[in-house]
Amino acid sequence: MKTCVFALTLGTALASSGAVMAQDSFKIGVPVFLSGAAAGPFGEPEKQAAELLFDALNAGEVPGPYNTVGINGRTIEARFTDEASDAAVEYRNLVERDGVDAVIGYTSSGNCKTVAPLAEELETFTVFVDCGTPQIFEEVVTDPKFLFRTGPTATSDAVGAARYLVDSGADLSRVAGINQNYAWGQDNWRDFTASLKALDTGSEIVSEQFPQLGAGQYGAEVSALLTSSPTVVFNSFWGGDLEAFVLQSAPRGLFARSTVLMTCGEALFPTITKDVPEGAIVSARGPFSVFAPENELSTWFSAAYEERFGTMATYPAWKMAQAILGAKAAFEKAGEGATGADAAAAFAGMEFEAPSGTVKMANANGHQAIQGIGFGTYALVDGEPTVENVKFYEAECTSPPADMTAAAWIEAGFEGAICD
Amino acid sequence: MMKTDFRREPVYIAVLAVLLVLAFFLPGWLRFLLQTALGGGLVALGVVLQMRAGLVNFGQGLYYCIGGYTVGMLAAKAGITEAAILLPAAVIAALVIGAVLALLLSRYREIFYAMLSLAVSMILYGLLVKAAWLGSTDGFNVPPVSYFGWLPDRGVRPDIAYGVTAVLTVLACFLVARYLRSGAGMLCEAVAENEIRLEYLGASPRRIVSITIVIAAGLSGLGGGILAISTGHVDPSMTNWTTSGGFVFVALLAGRGSTIAPILGFFLLELVRTYALDFAPNAWQMILGAVMLAVILLLPDGLWSLVQRRRKT
Repeated sequence: MKTCVFALTLGTALASSGAVMAQDSFKIGVPVFLSGAAAGPFGEPEKQAAELLFDALNAGEVPGPYNTVGINGRTIEARFTDEASDAAVEYRNLVERDGVDAVIGYTSSGNCKTVAPLAEELETFTVFVDCGTPQIFEEVVTDPKFLFRTGPTATSDAVGAARYLVDSGADLSRVAGINQNYAWGQDNWRDFTASLKALDTGSEIVSEQFPQLGAGQYGAEVSALLTSSPTVVFNSFWGGDLEAFVLQSAPRGLFARSTVLMTCGEALFPTITKDVPEGAIVSARGPFSVFAPENELSTWFSAAYEERFGTMATYPAWKMAQAILGAKAAFEKAGEGATGADAAAAFAGMEFEAPSGTVKMANANGHQAIQGIGFGTYALVDGEPTVENVKFYEAECTSPPADMTAAAWIEAGFEGAICD
Repeated sequence: MMKTDFRREPVYIAVLAVLLVLAFFLPGWLRFLLQTALGGGLVALGVVLQMRAGLVNFGQGLYYCIGGYTVGMLAAKAGITEAAILLPAAVIAALVIGAVLALLLSRYREIFYAMLSLAVSMILYGLLVKAAWLGSTDGFNVPPVSYFGWLPDRGVRPDIAYGVTAVLTVLACFLVARYLRSGAGMLCEAVAENEIRLEYLGASPRRIVSITIVIAAGLSGLGGGILAISTGHVDPSMTNWTTSGGFVFVALLAGRGSTIAPILGFFLLELVRTYALDFAPNAWQMILGAVMLAVILLLPDGLWSLVQRRRKT
């Protein structure tokens, strides 16, 4: 029995490694959440954007400079896998069993931390799409060769939020925060309060709420927020938690009494359009979606996405499109027959066009993108969700310089930041 | 009721050792899968030990996590990267916690034992999630470890890690088999059958249960330490109830007929999982669930009953 099973696995292993030999298509492994809480708000739009981009690139339908077929003329073949599984095992499977040319994906910072050293060890061209922890290039992989992140880190959300509140003249005397009790929420709140300090707002922190991730019920927390009578509430919730929070706190008057800022608010637009109170401050964690610049790529992407899937493209979809186009640009800059190593060398420090405008791979030896971030107040115009009072901060204003960690940079009062 | 006989156990363990040596010729991804399965299999073996005494532990991930975090914290925070110190430290930490908790847990049976062990593991989960300096839910990375002062190159590192894992797993299986053949080990089943009669015979069920808990804790600590070194990353999900539930399932799937059954069972489950994921990325849990259901319905004594049935006929 045991030997049987063993022979069987050995057989399938050899068979699948044989299949890798055929090299006419360009294989991309795409690990995104296909199950669990993050599948709806992140995994689904990311997967759809990837499918849209792969199909359009294979047909040569993407506007310039990406109007060539596939990647270096090779047809793209996608290999989707569920991020809600063992990240280290599945990354190895993608690289060693499926023989992918590149891996583009990952939303969870925990998974990114697991995979980062593996990408270097297995020497595979890897692009992180959405995970935000600044630790990836500050602590985990300090000398990256094969690993890239085309999305900005989480730091710019919190810094941008503090700047927007100051610039829009919000009353910052009594500040409260409600963030999920895990790394993402804790980091956001820490960066946000540090930024307020650096901007010398003299704010009093009246309430800090840290409900569990996926709690779904925020009655007690909303009560605590209301009784502490804050003038500003900072919130970094995402997905179902954010929906639940808005649905539970808006009828109790939290939005009417305080200015509520939601860093991931844009992702709510398609699902609960009518329930988000107008005037709430939202961002899309970068120049995506309603904050995207007007250009040929952005017009094409949002129209094509809406036509194919019937909903608007939220920021995770934009970030996936950006990562794929970045990979294409890198492989094509390295030239025909480029290996992952060639493409990685070409990608470092590169500037490429994306629906969100020009992306600069500026930090971490040219492996980490920096991008600006926009904030605005939510408004419904003719039943369509949009933003007003938009202020946009350039990348150099909300991201630390290449030689500084995020925490040290904020503490030093945004040393060297260039803002208009 | 399946009768368990551990006299043939050395043969099985020898077979396992041969299989693990052969695995050096497997492709890298499959061997890595096997390596993580060996770490997890040790935890499942700990669950099986307790099941023999009639106890279902829904919080075995606690010791798995303690082992992993002991290795992780010593290596990443204290700068001790010597495997010969890290792995024993993981086992000792788990043994100590196991011994303390055994004082409490050995009083309880059945659902109370299951729920209490679950509660303790979730307390640790809650603490770790709040600990920003340990990376909260993201966990933290474990640097490469050295073996008796020798830090292998990147190229051979996975081979060495696999070799160490294989040796330790075989050794652990062998020790557990020896224990199960001893008087104390055989009394485990008596605890499950009839505790009162056992006390009439002059044995203390509480002591037997305590010893079982502590041994299971040590095994799981070793499993967690191995995983931390293998994947180079630890996070609090190791002590989440879903992880613990997985170990209980593997214990049921494998059956308790042999010490190597949980190891092989864990590997088979991982294999089914990764192929299900490859075959249907959107519905892999359904395939996994169907396989689990089929095993429970068709092989109520676990996969190992196949081996034993064949020997009888």
